Amino acid sequence: MTRILDFDILRHNPRDAASVPRLQRYRLAETSGMTLFIALTRIREELDPGVHFDFVCRAAVCGSCAMLINGRPGLACRTLTATLPAHIRLLPLPGFALIADLSVDTGRWMRVMSERLHAWLHVATAVDLDALETRMDPDRAEAVYELDRCIECGCCVAACGTAQMRPDFVGAVGMIKLARFRLDPRDARDDGDFFDLLGDDDGVFGCMSLLGCQDVCPKSLSLQTQIAHLRWAMARRGLAKAGADHGDGI
Amino acid sequence: MPAPVSPGPWPARLDLLQSATGLFLALFMWLHMLFVASILFGTDAMWRVARFFEGYYLFGRSLPWLVSLFVAVVFVLFAVHAGLALRKFPSHWRQHAAYWRHMRGMRHGDTTSWLAQVVTGFGVFFLAPVHLYLMLTHPELIGPYESADRVWSGRMWPLYLLLLLLVEIHAGVGLYRLAVKWLAVGDKARMRLMRLKWGFTVFFIALGLLTLAAYVRLGIEHAPHAGEPYLPTWQRTLS
Repeated sequence: MTRILDFDILRHNPRDAASVPRLQRYRLAETSGMTLFIALTRIREELDPGVHFDFVCRAAVCGSCAMLINGRPGLACRTLTATLPAHIRLLPLPGFALIADLSVDTGRWMRVMSERLHAWLHVATAVDLDALETRMDPDRAEAVYELDRCIECGCCVAACGTAQMRPDFVGAVGMIKLARFRLDPRDARDDGDFFDLLGDDDGVFGCMSLLGCQDVCPKSLSLQTQIAHLRWAMARRGLAKAGADHGDGI
Repeated sequence: MPAPVSPGPWPARLDLLQSATGLFLALFMWLHMLFVASILFGTDAMWRVARFFEGYYLFGRSLPWLVSLFVAVVFVLFAVHAGLALRKFPSHWRQHAAYWRHMRGMRHGDTTSWLAQVVTGFGVFFLAPVHLYLMLTHPELIGPYESADRVWSGRMWPLYLLLLLLVEIHAGVGLYRLAVKWLAVGDKARMRLMRLKWGFTVFFIALGLLTLAAYVRLGIEHAPHAGEPYLPTWQRTLS
C-alpha cells in the first residue's frame, strides 16, 4: 500500500530580514525506491519551487545533501524513505552557516578547519615534476586511500555532542584529515608537529568518545579506531614533551 | 598561514590523568562491592575481610590506620578525578541547551549515556565524601555489627542506596567509555562491550541491593545493642 508521507521542512532565509524560521509541511505519496533526494526534488518541482536544498552527485560522493533527518544527520541521497516513519522532519545541519532552508555552508567550516589544522601534504623538498614518483607500499597507499574517502559532508560534526557544545572542537573530520597525513610517507611532519595541531582540548583531548560520528558517518569510516590511535600517539607525545624540543607552552 | 603554537604537555597529561583516576576508582568500586558483599557469606566472613584490610593476618593485630591511609589516597584520587571531569561539564546555558537538543534528536545510546555520566558523577560528588569522611575518621567501625549499626541505627542506608545506584551507573558507563576512548574497537566488539557493561552494572546493582538488605536486616536485629562491636563466633566460645 502506498504511504502518504508528511515532510516538515525548516524554512528560513537569513538574508531576508522578514523571514521567520518555521516548519512547513509538504505531503507526498511514497514511491518505490524513493530517497529523500527524490522526495525533495518532487517537492520543489510539484509543490514549492522555493525550497532550498543542496545536491550534486545523488550518490553519496559529494556530501552536499547532509541534513538532520528526524534529528539525526544523514545524506538525503542515500536515505530511503522506506526506512523512515511517515512523518519526516528535515532540518539543516547544525553547526554550519545557514544559507537557506536545508542548505548550509559546510565549505566555509571545512576551510577554516583545514587551515587551522594545516590539513595538507607537507613535503620536505620541492617536488620534481619530471622525476618518477616515489613508490609507496601498497598497503600503506590503501590505508591512506581509505581515509581519503571522507567527503566532508559534516555529518560527524553535526552528530558530535562535543562539537555542538564547543564550536572550536575540530570534530572527527579534522582528526581523520590529520590521521591521513600522518599515515602518508610523503608527509615530512612527525608526531611532534601533529601534537602542536591536535594535542589540546579543541583537538583529540577534547573528544569525549560519544561516537555519534562513528554511528552516522555515511562513508562508514573507522572514526573511533582512528581517533583512539591518534589519542595514544598524542598522549605519548604529550608525556614525552615536558621540556622537549617544542617547548612547554606554559 | 600562522605556524601552530604548541599547546604544551598539560592537555595530554590531564586527559590521561582523568582516564587513569577513573579506571582506578571504577575498578576499586567493583572490588569494594565484592568485599562488602562478604556479609552474604555470614558475619564471620565479613569480619575476616575487614580484619584482613587492617593487616590483622599480616601483623597479628589490627591496624585501622592502614584503612584510613588507603581511604585518604582514594579521597585524593576522587577529588582529582572530579576536578578533571568538571572540565567536561557544560557551563554556559547555551551549551546545556545545545546538548539537550542534540541528545533528544540523536536518540543515540552513547550520547545519552554521557549525560547520565554527568548527572551521576555530580551526585557522587556530593554523596561519596560523607562516606569517605566517616571511613577516614572511624576506620575501626568496619565490621558486621559496626557497619550494620551505621547503615540502620546511623541512618546511612538512604545515602548508601542512592550512592550504590549512582556509582554503579557512573562506573559502568565510565569503563565502557574508557575502552572506546583508548582502544581501537570495531563495531562488533563495541556491541559486545556495551552488553558487558550492562551485565556488570546489573550484576553489581543486584549484589549491592542484596548486600544492603543484609546489613539493614542485621542492623534492625542489632539495634537494641547498637554500638557494641562484633566478636567472631570462635572468640565468643573461647571466652
